[in-house]
Amino acid sequence: MSTALATASGQGTKVNDFSIQVATVNGSGSQTANNVLMRAIFRMGVPVSGKNLFPSNIAGLPTWFTIRASAKGYVARKAENDLLILMNPETAKEDVAKAHPGALVIYDEPLKLDALRQDLTFYPVPFQQLVTAACPEPKLHKLVKNMIYVGVAAALLDIDMEAVKAAIASQLGGKAKAIELNQGAVVAGYDWTLANLAKQDRIKVAPLDKTQGKILIDGNAATAMGAMFAGVQVVGWYPITPSSSVVESLIDFAADHRKDKDGKSTVAIVQMEDELASAGLVLGSGWAGARSMTATSGPGISLMSEFIGLGYFAEIPGVFVDVQRTGPSTGLPTRTMQGDIEICAKCSHGDTLHICLLPGTMEECFHFAYESFNLAERFQTPIFLVTDLDLGMQNWMSDPFQYPEGQLDRGKVFGEKELKEAKDWGRYKDVDGDGIPYRTLPGTPGGKGAYFTRGSGHNEKALYTEKGEDYVALVDRLRKKVETAKSYVPKPISRDLGSTKGVLAFGSSDPAVIEAQDALAEAGLKLDYLRLRALPFTAEVDAFVKAKEVIYVVEQNRDGQMAALLKEFYPAHAAKFRSVLHYDGLALDAQSIISQINGLEK
Amino acid sequence: MTTATPAAPTNKLGLTRQDYVGSKSTLCPGCGHDAITAQIITAAFEMNIEGHRVAKLSGIGCSSKSPAYFLNQAWGFNSVHGRMPSVATGAALANRSLMNIGVSGDGDSMSIGLGQLCHMIRRNVPMVYILEDNGVYGLTKGQFSATADIGSALKHGAINELPPIDPCSLAIELGCGFVARSFSGDPKQLNTLLKAAMAYKGTAFIDVISPCVTFNNHDASTKSYKNAKDHDFPLHELGFVQFSELEQVEIPAGETKAVDFPDGSKVTFRSLHDDYDPTDRYNAMKTLHQGLEKGEFVTGLLYINPGKPTIHDHAHLVDTPLVHLDQKALKPGKDVLDKLMAELM
Repeated sequence: MSTALATASGQGTKVNDFSIQVATVNGSGSQTANNVLMRAIFRMGVPVSGKNLFPSNIAGLPTWFTIRASAKGYVARKAENDLLILMNPETAKEDVAKAHPGALVIYDEPLKLDALRQDLTFYPVPFQQLVTAACPEPKLHKLVKNMIYVGVAAALLDIDMEAVKAAIASQLGGKAKAIELNQGAVVAGYDWTLANLAKQDRIKVAPLDKTQGKILIDGNAATAMGAMFAGVQVVGWYPITPSSSVVESLIDFAADHRKDKDGKSTVAIVQMEDELASAGLVLGSGWAGARSMTATSGPGISLMSEFIGLGYFAEIPGVFVDVQRTGPSTGLPTRTMQGDIEICAKCSHGDTLHICLLPGTMEECFHFAYESFNLAERFQTPIFLVTDLDLGMQNWMSDPFQYPEGQLDRGKVFGEKELKEAKDWGRYKDVDGDGIPYRTLPGTPGGKGAYFTRGSGHNEKALYTEKGEDYVALVDRLRKKVETAKSYVPKPISRDLGSTKGVLAFGSSDPAVIEAQDALAEAGLKLDYLRLRALPFTAEVDAFVKAKEVIYVVEQNRDGQMAALLKEFYPAHAAKFRSVLHYDGLALDAQSIISQINGLEK
Repeated sequence: MTTATPAAPTNKLGLTRQDYVGSKSTLCPGCGHDAITAQIITAAFEMNIEGHRVAKLSGIGCSSKSPAYFLNQAWGFNSVHGRMPSVATGAALANRSLMNIGVSGDGDSMSIGLGQLCHMIRRNVPMVYILEDNGVYGLTKGQFSATADIGSALKHGAINELPPIDPCSLAIELGCGFVARSFSGDPKQLNTLLKAAMAYKGTAFIDVISPCVTFNNHDASTKSYKNAKDHDFPLHELGFVQFSELEQVEIPAGETKAVDFPDGSKVTFRSLHDDYDPTDRYNAMKTLHQGLEKGEFVTGLLYINPGKPTIHDHAHLVDTPLVHLDQKALKPGKDVLDKLMAELM
């Protein structure tokens, strides 16, 4: 059967530079097939990224998986897809309607999509027929069917079948029968395609050497790993998308690597009744001297804000991971956003200012998670590790993580000996002039270190007070701690092209900004790029803000939350900041940045 | 205290009762909570407790102020309204060698913090949980709480029409292994219950009727001193014998029953009415409900089940308190990271 028609050609072959989008129904097992396709390209040495656009639902609703291959290493989402694989009858027509002119479309033959548009190249595939022949067990057809399209795509794009088979084996982790069945399905799709479909030369995969030694990981797993190596001791959590897999990964890692010789655990991970209780657990254990954390998303941060204010005011360490999703309220629970910047920076009623770490890569998810525990104990305060769904749940290529050498920083803690030597110790006394007092831990013997922790007014000796001057001294010292933190938090990273104009971004925007910066420079607009990696703003940010005439602030929210903070902290330069915004729930793409900046340049 | 009085008695640590006091109370004179504080001090003294090993935790409200008034040698944590149970759970996980004493009120525990209390009990977090129960919000000047009885009146005449939540029935329902009720005006019973609670490994829940002298001590209140005294219905006379004292104390023979704790301590019971069995959970429920119907405050150790697994068992934690683990125990080596990285290539 050879309905596919003219060889797709005309614009030159794009080798190792394209996007594939697979439309399926969630719960149909397509995740395995999509991962195999992505990993096969990765195994051929071509940089890839994989993004799953999924519904807030368990089974039966549309889901799209996008794979981008880029020899240049651009891993941001691409707005235009070069190949569509349409398996979902419900969305197929709309997917076709939205397709970029010239795209290739593999689809399930009965959907009869080929008459819909003339400017696409269609490849109808009789999936049911192929799966029936390849798989003897009808109840497995639904799952195996997806593996057929992997074979079809492999044949059309010249993906090495050995790489596909290796990807299947690693994806299915040694389950021999499943591996055989899935490999059989891929081969069936591959052979049928070679025999029946016309070749195309629009997009191709060719072996490359750019993934040697690289890993593929998601940010939530990287975060969990960082926490494990930081020696996290108590974790309280409440399931919420997209953060649940932080703790679920940690449970897996800890089961293997955080047990004593008798198999007993050195970390307590407790699923709490809600986010309020999770935050309470973090503070209770942090107060008692443990390294504690929780992971949540925006709605959880809203609920935790009372406790976070207590942690700030009473000076209790704890790590709060916020894997941001689209808010406010329930919002779009399975879509990404950088919408919690302001709530994290100023979480709680009253005046607060929190230290926030803003990882933008997988290595940073790992290292910043590790570092957040050091900062929490050093500064005796809640620390936010702010990631998002795009970083947290999607697949990212990365260099392997370097081992965090050195001692854990347990901060300023007085034990029995120090208390004996110290004269006139006070829990909230700024002895060193850096705003950070010395704390003691419950259970310290010697009769000298006990104090009363409270969220109400307290003086240097931790005694209750309602005196105005005591309150002012306290909150001013808390502000001083944030000043001290400026020399502790990760410094920004700059990518300079020698321009008087700048672009500033953070977090998951990084790959799209890099791609946009390159493309704009090629078109004649040079921008120096500064990627923020933490709040408070450090001296490097001061210098950048002062030096540039114009600064495009790229962020994934409606209101320009980071731009608002910049304007607040650099009021003399407020007119320089121009917001470039993206907030439709999809991961940021370079084109959105390029067109907005071009628009603002006019 | 005058200087010429004979030396105050000391406990096994060589400490006097005075060594267990806290700051001066700022509650209203005559407040039931202060009577409870006095018994916490006495019980800790008599139990030879090392103050530095105690964490005193509370939420918000009049009751929650009281940890400042006992055990100055202990660490205190006045947290947020109704959320002390989660803070206590964190402290207990971090350092299992601490003794947690939580003080809460009926607003804190039965309204805003009801959920946290329930889940703390489910997890059997080791702690003494004292609910100072007066039926009103004192610190906000006298609104009804969720333990106010139907028909109970506020000082200014408003009548409560909503059914009360009974803390003890709830605790038993949730599987709590130590459920008691007492009255701040019965120091002897309260003292014994507190000592038994301090020896108990798990959540020991004590609901103490503690009249609010300012807002809820009038004749139309069911949580007044007079009403509590008139309707106090003690089930038994209680005794508590700490393990270390067993050799010196003779357990009375005859009608007295004893329940053994895993550490060898004993609680003894001499029934005052029917032969009340404090290990029978269903009977405890029945007795509580019958008491509620008759308007009696059934007091005593309503239910006891020593040896229930605690949160430390459920979390399969190492025996060493987590906070005492060193970096070697907490931070996996480079080989572990290398292996994890290899799996991701």
